[in-house]
Amino acid sequence: MRSCVLSVFLFHRGEGFSGLFLLAVASVTLNYVKEAEIKRINKELANIRSKFKGDKALDGYSKKKYVCKLLFIFLLGHDIDFGHMEAVNLLSSNRYTEKQIGYLFISVLVNSNSELIRLINNAIKNDLASRNPTFMGLALHCIASVGSREMAEAFAGEIPKVLVAGDTMDSVKQSAALCLLRLYRTSPDLVPMGDWTSRVVHLLNDQHLGVVTAATSLITTLAQKNPEEFKTSVSLAVSRLSRIVTSASTDLQDYTYYFVPAPWLSVKLLRLLQCYPPPEDPAVRGRLTECLETILNKAQEPPKSKKVQHSNAKNAVLFEAISLIIHHDSEPNLLVRACNQLGQFLQHRETNLRYLALESMCTLASSEFSHEAVKTHIETVINALKTERDVSVRQRAVDLLYAMCDRSNAPQIVAEMLSYLETADYSIREEIVLKVAILAEKYAVDYTWYVDTILNLIRIAGDYVSEEVWYRVIQIVINRDDVQGYAAKTVFEALQAPACHENLVKVGGYILGEFGNLIAGDPRSSPLIQFNLLHSKFHLCSVPTRALLLSTYIKFVNLFPEVKPTIQDVLRSDSQLRNADVELQQRAVEYLRLSTVASTDILATVLEEMPPFPERESSILAKLKKKKGPSTVTDLEDTKRERSVDVNGGPEPAPASTSAMSTPSPSADLLGLGAAPPAPAGPPPSSGGGGLLVDVFSDSASVVAPLAPGSEDNFARFVCKNNGGGLLFFNREMMCVKKWFLFLLGRMFIFYGNKTSTQFLNFTPTLICSDELQPNILGFITKPVDPTVEGGAQVQQVVNIECVSDFTEAPVLNIQFRYGGTFQNVSVQLPITLNKFFQPTEMASQDFFQRWKQLSNPQQEVQNIFKAKHPMDTEVTKAKIIGFGSALLEEVDPNPANFVGAGIIHTKTTQIGCLLRLEPNLQAQMYRLTLRTSKEAVSQRLCELLSAQF
Amino acid sequence: MIQAILVFNNHGKPRLVRFYQRFPEEIQQQIVRETFHLVLKRDDNICNFLEGGSLIGGSDYKLIYRHYATLYFVFCVDSSESELGILDLIQVFVETLDKCFENVCELDLIFHMDKVHYILQEVVMGGMVLETNMNEIVAQIEAQNRLEKSEVNRVLLCRPG
Repeated sequence: MRSCVLSVFLFHRGEGFSGLFLLAVASVTLNYVKEAEIKRINKELANIRSKFKGDKALDGYSKKKYVCKLLFIFLLGHDIDFGHMEAVNLLSSNRYTEKQIGYLFISVLVNSNSELIRLINNAIKNDLASRNPTFMGLALHCIASVGSREMAEAFAGEIPKVLVAGDTMDSVKQSAALCLLRLYRTSPDLVPMGDWTSRVVHLLNDQHLGVVTAATSLITTLAQKNPEEFKTSVSLAVSRLSRIVTSASTDLQDYTYYFVPAPWLSVKLLRLLQCYPPPEDPAVRGRLTECLETILNKAQEPPKSKKVQHSNAKNAVLFEAISLIIHHDSEPNLLVRACNQLGQFLQHRETNLRYLALESMCTLASSEFSHEAVKTHIETVINALKTERDVSVRQRAVDLLYAMCDRSNAPQIVAEMLSYLETADYSIREEIVLKVAILAEKYAVDYTWYVDTILNLIRIAGDYVSEEVWYRVIQIVINRDDVQGYAAKTVFEALQAPACHENLVKVGGYILGEFGNLIAGDPRSSPLIQFNLLHSKFHLCSVPTRALLLSTYIKFVNLFPEVKPTIQDVLRSDSQLRNADVELQQRAVEYLRLSTVASTDILATVLEEMPPFPERESSILAKLKKKKGPSTVTDLEDTKRERSVDVNGGPEPAPASTSAMSTPSPSADLLGLGAAPPAPAGPPPSSGGGGLLVDVFSDSASVVAPLAPGSEDNFARFVCKNNGGGLLFFNREMMCVKKWFLFLLGRMFIFYGNKTSTQFLNFTPTLICSDELQPNILGFITKPVDPTVEGGAQVQQVVNIECVSDFTEAPVLNIQFRYGGTFQNVSVQLPITLNKFFQPTEMASQDFFQRWKQLSNPQQEVQNIFKAKHPMDTEVTKAKIIGFGSALLEEVDPNPANFVGAGIIHTKTTQIGCLLRLEPNLQAQMYRLTLRTSKEAVSQRLCELLSAQF
Repeated sequence: MIQAILVFNNHGKPRLVRFYQRFPEEIQQQIVRETFHLVLKRDDNICNFLEGGSLIGGSDYKLIYRHYATLYFVFCVDSSESELGILDLIQVFVETLDKCFENVCELDLIFHMDKVHYILQEVVMGGMVLETNMNEIVAQIEAQNRLEKSEVNRVLLCRPG
């Protein structure tokens, strides 16, 4: 039986505020009746409302009563949308109790009604000026609770004066300090620094420890932003701390808490000191070291009381001292003592202490001096992972294992985390999966171990393995040829299991599609067996996985000509060719066609092995950072970077990656995973296969951006993607663009998808080239589309483009249709830019500079100096230049930090040679981009386009 | 900084709610519920700290709580606060309540909601620790009571009849 207190105010006893309401307390021992409460409360609200609106003016006492009732109703979770005015009236009452409840209501329930704020501010101003410490306290409390910008504007100048005035009472000083702190937090720009700052620092010497505590809080926050201004606080804080720590527990009587002298103030002072490096003055430094040693020594003394409060207070100070020691990271002796102390706590019977010890050790693990000392506790931490009853503590243990991991203990830690994963709480599984994946990658010496680990990860916690994790394993396998055979063999074996996770099917499908040939010699894993194994999982998988498997099949056609007929049969079956899912159907049709028309050479080119991926920050790490907040992970990574050698085998040659510029989001498409394949080495087939090639190559999901038609931003994303594709979304309509450029001819495949369930009628796309553009570009739509687009359907259209001469504007695609009786008109700038007609030219250093000099006419050169909009990453920049269409010339510029490119723009009338040079300046975060071409307008346009990319 | 102070009973009924960071009212309610569910499923005698719920800001914030008889006292704090310090602060708050109400119980929090707020205001201000000395806090509350009494007496004296 649940018993609840149904509390509603009914009676009014008349005398004494504490007995103001005799609440009707109905102890309902039946099930709690929510409706009854709501009914009762609505009745009460109606009553209060009528009292407030009534003709009879309410006296202060009644107002106080009703305002208090409203507060209670608010506490129970009901909206209060009136009563603010009455509360404001109470503020100006001269009775303390009325004023008090008025302020309370405002503090708890204020809304941003500007009219009211003005009235409230007025009342506060009067109370602050009243010199009555009680009223001043109430007013300061209210400011600190609301802390709005309007209040900061009104009082940020006034409060510092109250704080440092000689005649202000201690209690008011305390409130003023915290009030100022609140205002500084919300509107730092409105709190002027000035003379008062030095006087605030001297409050650290104040007689009243309450004032010192409040002042320390204030100074800590101010010092974080203005360290210079508050530097003098360090020596004062050290001497104050020293006086507290060395005092006998009887000295600071009132502030001694269970035999610990002023624990809160000690904690605050130690926090303040963490804003600064170790003191330079040897005397101050010596005194501080002495304090810290005393605190550490006291931890070893027998407790003065058995009460938990005693040990809590003592250890609060101790943990803060340890934090300061870790922050200073300069006294190896203290660091080791701190580590030993935490080691003791790891096995303490108090769960709280074990939790905090694990947490502090995490930061300790990143210090050079103590990393080894932390590692000695590995067994204890692993044990904690296995035996702790509390998930919070286990989570800290996982964090610490992650932090203490290095090459020497990685296999053990990863193994322990994996085995913990089998029983781990659901809430932290995903995080553990990410951590295991990162550690396995980072400390892999033997990549077969890495592959095993990740496959285990998928086996144990497949549902928690995010896309990033399995993308990453594929990237690594592709980049390291020493592990490819092993990976193929292992996934093949793993796939034998009767029930395997879909993520395993994805990894398996991808890896076998790339490297199945490496194990095909073994009769137990012959091509046909591989295919049958994969295909046996096909029907159990979701659409994206099936799509991936179809791509594997077409890769098999290339790898193993002997299974081609089997695969063609599968592709030809109705369940594929007529699949209800458009993507699957399209793949089946296209792959079947490709396997039939294309010659072996073309197949081999199209379906060639994936090129290595460009090295960049692990997307898993990015995900973990996102999950845990940047601070925790970054710090760890930065400090550890020095210790860890690059395990990815040094920088890989960056391939002509088109999507490296769009941060790591490998699309699920097999052929476009992460990086789109390079432009084919030889000239692409001139006819027939061309259209098909586009579909095979384009990574159709790499750019998905909500687009306001013609949005410049979105437009810019296409500039450095030579043969990519993308989706443009409108509210109702989805447009997918795939395009292919070859010399002066371009072809663009546009897919219109109707995402609604209603028909589009009179659907007419038109290509519009403005008058200016008209002579320079020829674009035509090959075939009109059917004017009716059914709900959910997709139609395709091909646009051919020919570049006659250089151009700046982009053609516009205008789409008109009727949707649900209204006429819709949408215009989109097609991402067709001049650089699409680039042909890269390789040349040696000598040639480059010779041509560079030839183009020295001032009209031919355009230069732009601009600030970097994106992180200045060399590999990304290279990829962008290649994606832009020009060749990237290595070892041409004498300064290796610079980038140099060359190419020819093909137009029908002329060919324009273009040279470019990009000089990054990392300090200033600036670039200088210089373009020299034989035509001024071209230099201009290319410079504009490329500048926008960095 | 203390983001919020939540007191609710074993059934999740809020008994004292104070936010020091602005959240819309319905979010405040949701935070109370979320926090209640996070705390409820934990056994007694395990650690008093856990990561904040997603509504209050996730793992950047900690929930530090104590369970007394029918009531949970939960402080939601950011990383600038000492966990054990806050744990002690909860104890100070509860001991002060106990002194002011003489054996405080859940009903006191319902009947004297305003008074509980005033006591809290002597301990925490704008999300920062204001005073930790229990004698000082109790002295302030007693001074308030005296003021209140004198006003009540004045009112009674002025009333006709």
